[in-house]
Amino acid sequence: MPRLVSHPDEVKVVSRRFGRGATNIDRYIELDGYKAVRQAIEKGPEWIIAEMKASNLRGRGGAGFPTGMKWSFVPKQSEKPKYVLVNGDESEPGTCKDHLIFLHDPHAVIEGCIVAGLAVGAKTGFIYLRGEYRYLLTIMEKAIADAYAKGFLGKGIFGSNFDFEIISQTGAGAYEVGEESALMESLEGKRGIPRIRPPFPAVVGLYGGPTVINNAETIASVSHILNMGGEAYAKIGSNRNGGTRLFCISGHAERPGVYELPMGYNLKKMIYEVAGGVRGGRQLKAVVPGGSSTPVLLPSEIDIGMDFDQVGKAGSMLGSGGVVVLDETVCMVEFALRTIQFYQHESCGWCIPCREGTDWLKKTLTRFHAGGGEAKDIDHIQYLAENMLGRTFCPLGDAAAMPTIAFVKKFRQEFEDHLNGKPCPYAKQQELTLA
Amino acid sequence: MADVTLTVDGKTITAPAGTLLLEACRKVGIEIPAFCYYPGLSLQAACRMCLVRIEKMPKLQTACTTQVTEGMIVATDTDEIHQARKAMLELVLANHPLDCPVCDAGGECELQDMTFKYGAGGSQFVEIKNHREEQQWSPVVFFDRPRCILCYRCVRVCNEGMDVAALGIQQRNSGSVIAPNDQTQLDCEQCGMCIDICPVGALTSDTYRYKTRPWEMTHVGTICTHCGDGCKTTLGVRRSDDGMQIVRGDNRDKSGLNGEFLCVKGRYAFDFANNEERLTQPLVRQPNGEFAPVTWEDAIKIVAQKFRVARDDRGGASIGVIGSTRNTNEEAYLLQKVARSAFGTNNIDHHRTTDYVALTRALAGKKHRMASIADAGSAPAIFVLGNDPTEQHPLLAWNLRTNVRHNSARIYLANHRDIKLQRQAKSSIQIPADGYAAFARFLGGEENSVFGEDAKALRDALRNEPSLLIVFGSELRGSAIDALAEFGLSLPDTKFACLGDYVNSRGAADMGLYPDLLPGYVPIEQEGGLRAEYGGRMSQQAGLDVAQMFEAAARNELAVLYVVGDDPAERLGVDADALRNTFVVVQDMFMTATAKLADVVLPTSNLYEKSGTVTNTFGDLQLVKKAADRAGVRSDLELIVRIADTMGEDVHALVPFGKGVRADMGQSRGVQSGEADRHGIWLAAHNLEPKLSPFDPNAVLDEIQRLVPGYNFDRMELLAGTSQHVDADGSGVMEISRFANRPDGAMPSADTLFTSGTLGHYSEKLNEVETFQAKKSMVAAD
Repeated sequence: MPRLVSHPDEVKVVSRRFGRGATNIDRYIELDGYKAVRQAIEKGPEWIIAEMKASNLRGRGGAGFPTGMKWSFVPKQSEKPKYVLVNGDESEPGTCKDHLIFLHDPHAVIEGCIVAGLAVGAKTGFIYLRGEYRYLLTIMEKAIADAYAKGFLGKGIFGSNFDFEIISQTGAGAYEVGEESALMESLEGKRGIPRIRPPFPAVVGLYGGPTVINNAETIASVSHILNMGGEAYAKIGSNRNGGTRLFCISGHAERPGVYELPMGYNLKKMIYEVAGGVRGGRQLKAVVPGGSSTPVLLPSEIDIGMDFDQVGKAGSMLGSGGVVVLDETVCMVEFALRTIQFYQHESCGWCIPCREGTDWLKKTLTRFHAGGGEAKDIDHIQYLAENMLGRTFCPLGDAAAMPTIAFVKKFRQEFEDHLNGKPCPYAKQQELTLA
Repeated sequence: MADVTLTVDGKTITAPAGTLLLEACRKVGIEIPAFCYYPGLSLQAACRMCLVRIEKMPKLQTACTTQVTEGMIVATDTDEIHQARKAMLELVLANHPLDCPVCDAGGECELQDMTFKYGAGGSQFVEIKNHREEQQWSPVVFFDRPRCILCYRCVRVCNEGMDVAALGIQQRNSGSVIAPNDQTQLDCEQCGMCIDICPVGALTSDTYRYKTRPWEMTHVGTICTHCGDGCKTTLGVRRSDDGMQIVRGDNRDKSGLNGEFLCVKGRYAFDFANNEERLTQPLVRQPNGEFAPVTWEDAIKIVAQKFRVARDDRGGASIGVIGSTRNTNEEAYLLQKVARSAFGTNNIDHHRTTDYVALTRALAGKKHRMASIADAGSAPAIFVLGNDPTEQHPLLAWNLRTNVRHNSARIYLANHRDIKLQRQAKSSIQIPADGYAAFARFLGGEENSVFGEDAKALRDALRNEPSLLIVFGSELRGSAIDALAEFGLSLPDTKFACLGDYVNSRGAADMGLYPDLLPGYVPIEQEGGLRAEYGGRMSQQAGLDVAQMFEAAARNELAVLYVVGDDPAERLGVDADALRNTFVVVQDMFMTATAKLADVVLPTSNLYEKSGTVTNTFGDLQLVKKAADRAGVRSDLELIVRIADTMGEDVHALVPFGKGVRADMGQSRGVQSGEADRHGIWLAAHNLEPKLSPFDPNAVLDEIQRLVPGYNFDRMELLAGTSQHVDADGSGVMEISRFANRPDGAMPSADTLFTSGTLGHYSEKLNEVETFQAKKSMVAAD
């Protein structure tokens, strides 16, 4: 089990039960568990959605869409059954927060899922775990079974006249399935390929029914929001970015780990104080602020608040909260290659620009890093990425293109240092390993 | 839906709300390129070629999935879009091999065309391309993986169109690959739709691959010679040592009544024409019992003389004539005319595979009750009684499936077997193999304990259909058809179709290849004015049918048997002894069982080597165009005329050609090639007579149009390639009771998707496919 870290600046909301035995349902109840859902049953869907809206909670999967608003889009009447879907396909390199939630606080996911169901009128929830998290399924399934045993799931939950079922499922190891519509395809037993939108999942989702799909961290936040009140939760964070966030600090940090910090927390402070600075006192070269798909930031660019709006203003994205610290020993060409290797491997292959673009980039970067690069390759790498950007079927193409463009633009000199058959000038310092 | 107005590239265009932007643009001539978009199949948005800029949208949008909305402002012709298209082509070409010089699709490749038009003239790709070896998936389908651009058209046409699901997608990223779902081979109907629909040369056919360049062929759209559906097949022909050889069959221009569709036979079973056993010299049996080749002149002289002597010495009734279900209407019509007038016999018949006569009689006097095959693709409800359309009428099956997929049509089935169409059926019941007639009466209200609750429910459902198409197989004949028609006619709006087996089974019937019926099903004793047309020489006594002719021969009452493109000996198991006293003349391509019994064998051309018209089993009349040519053979039309001419008949009386112009007996090739068709339009406009030769099928068609009930179609539309529905509505039938106990004489051939009567024996490809399928089903059974 990964070691938990902590820092005084942390505001523990979602992580407050981590390490406290909350996988046990009785312990979970002791720690205020299943309180929110009882209140939700009592006060009804409109109250839930109002609290969610007041909380300014924005989707923790990466896109940052306001959760309360998402729930309100689900039509009240529907011929087909409605569903709640928990996206636990946490696959973005640099991100490892949902993993801790499933490991330490599975009932928070169950409780949030029931509340979401009450809010939109769904009677079935699915918890979809990443294929590589299969070992967490036993924890999740035990939690679900315990909840059924207590009458928290099934017919007439908590003695009310509401029914709610939860089914857990794992993926088969595809990053693409983290995309919401691809996840639905996968859950329905098909190839994990995204769907054409519109229609959007809130109207036509899983099995054609209206579906609320939220990231596991988002869902795990729900019970806390209802317990403390939407406004109180909102106040923790920054403007229009309510609450806290689990930041996953990895790479060359002195104290890497998952820290729960208020939205808008300063990135520089996060690296130098919370995570103890760059390992071994080395120079910082770059920071990936929100998972591998977000454009890299230079040390001069990190004095910003970590919320969706401020990171966006800085030309990158808050993404999934995966902060990767890169010190001076990193070859940025190799880092670009490693990043694109991932996206090439994970491209579902459906559309031309992503399938061919990632393949081409990987081939070119491989050759380039090995010393076979030509000057025109540098522009060409940028050209390829720019011609993928915004033109792919789903955001995976953008996820590959955006960081690549940033690498070339911000570290052009490092690319030029690889020209003329020179061996990688940074090779002697290779120490980076990605989580 | 209401129309909306939008702006595309500054032009204001109007389209029904909900139309796909790509379609709306194409309708007004704004081309939006696409690989994966294919009309009628599900949307993919995968190739990203159709990206356009729509105002107020942050990203470029795919025109193939965007529906037009009021006030939408779209740009398709900007630098941004040009660059997007160019880059997309650069990307798709990254791993696409540039083996265009040897690729089957070279010259007719959508990727070539798009690259030519939208850019990426130079390649920036210097890496090593992903390569995989070519695979053979079936006797007809090859897959060259690196050429595949993953547009998923093949997968969709196989899944959605054919309902076969033999193809799927495996792996992911640039390793994504189209692959048979059944490991390494295709478990399918071998239709080749995947090959036709492939925009590049990834899927190729065994019959065509690496044979020729497309521009070295002439492409002739004609009608498939096999089943009774009458699909258009485009034959690619190329000059060979002894004529014009068919190199390829496909559905290149998709302009026929079959639209997208073509089956294994229409696409690959043209190879009988190139079979080595093809006869190319007239053969005459010598005193020693062996055949010897003779000149055409001698052969025709021998035949004409025998015919004339038989007629003059023993009377016309001593001559028997058997026509073909694969010849043109013109040949069938002329054959019966020559038989009745020049030979003086009504002993004329053909291989009947169903009972068109009964249906015509049952619907006598009722207009527009005979369905076109297009109705199967648009009728809101269809009842299929008997037959297995997937095996025997693949286009009908395609139309039914498409109708369900696109229009949610309701299909009802009653059959004694399990058939594949059950998967599309709203309801389907099983009835006993011998219970069709009883079931027809049951539908009409006659209670029968054989038929249970499901049958009653089906009957009720049919009764509640406001508009119904009834299609039935040859399981129903005679009075069973009466009962079915009576039931159908009691419903508010019903059309009918009856399923015969071969390309011109219906035409042979319509043209009067019957001993007792004249063209248009006119009873011979009524004659309908035809007697005078035929110079008053026609007898009004009904003649012998096929079986009776052989009986007469055995009794030494048949002096001559003239078999034009049929193989009755094989079908009826006739032995040589039965014909020992009969002079047998056979016109055929091959030494068939009947030809082996003949005294003279005249090698003929097949449907792909002649012009004319055929009528499919639904009564859709279509133009047949000469595609191939084979030195040494003659068309049946030419031979009929030459024999009659040599007998001393007035050719002008038989074929209304060249008003006052003398016959030019030497011009057969020119008119056969269809040249007269093209010149004909110009000539007709100048009031000149285009039909200069008695071998011109257009001259015979003139007479058919004038004299055959139901064949009052639009000639110019037909010439333009549009099928014309002929409604042999029984208007020529005057005395209905006359038919009451008429034997139908039908012998359904029970062909499958992979057989085609005698002709099928000579298609190596069809035989190969049949063996492949049989092996596979044996493995499956293990």
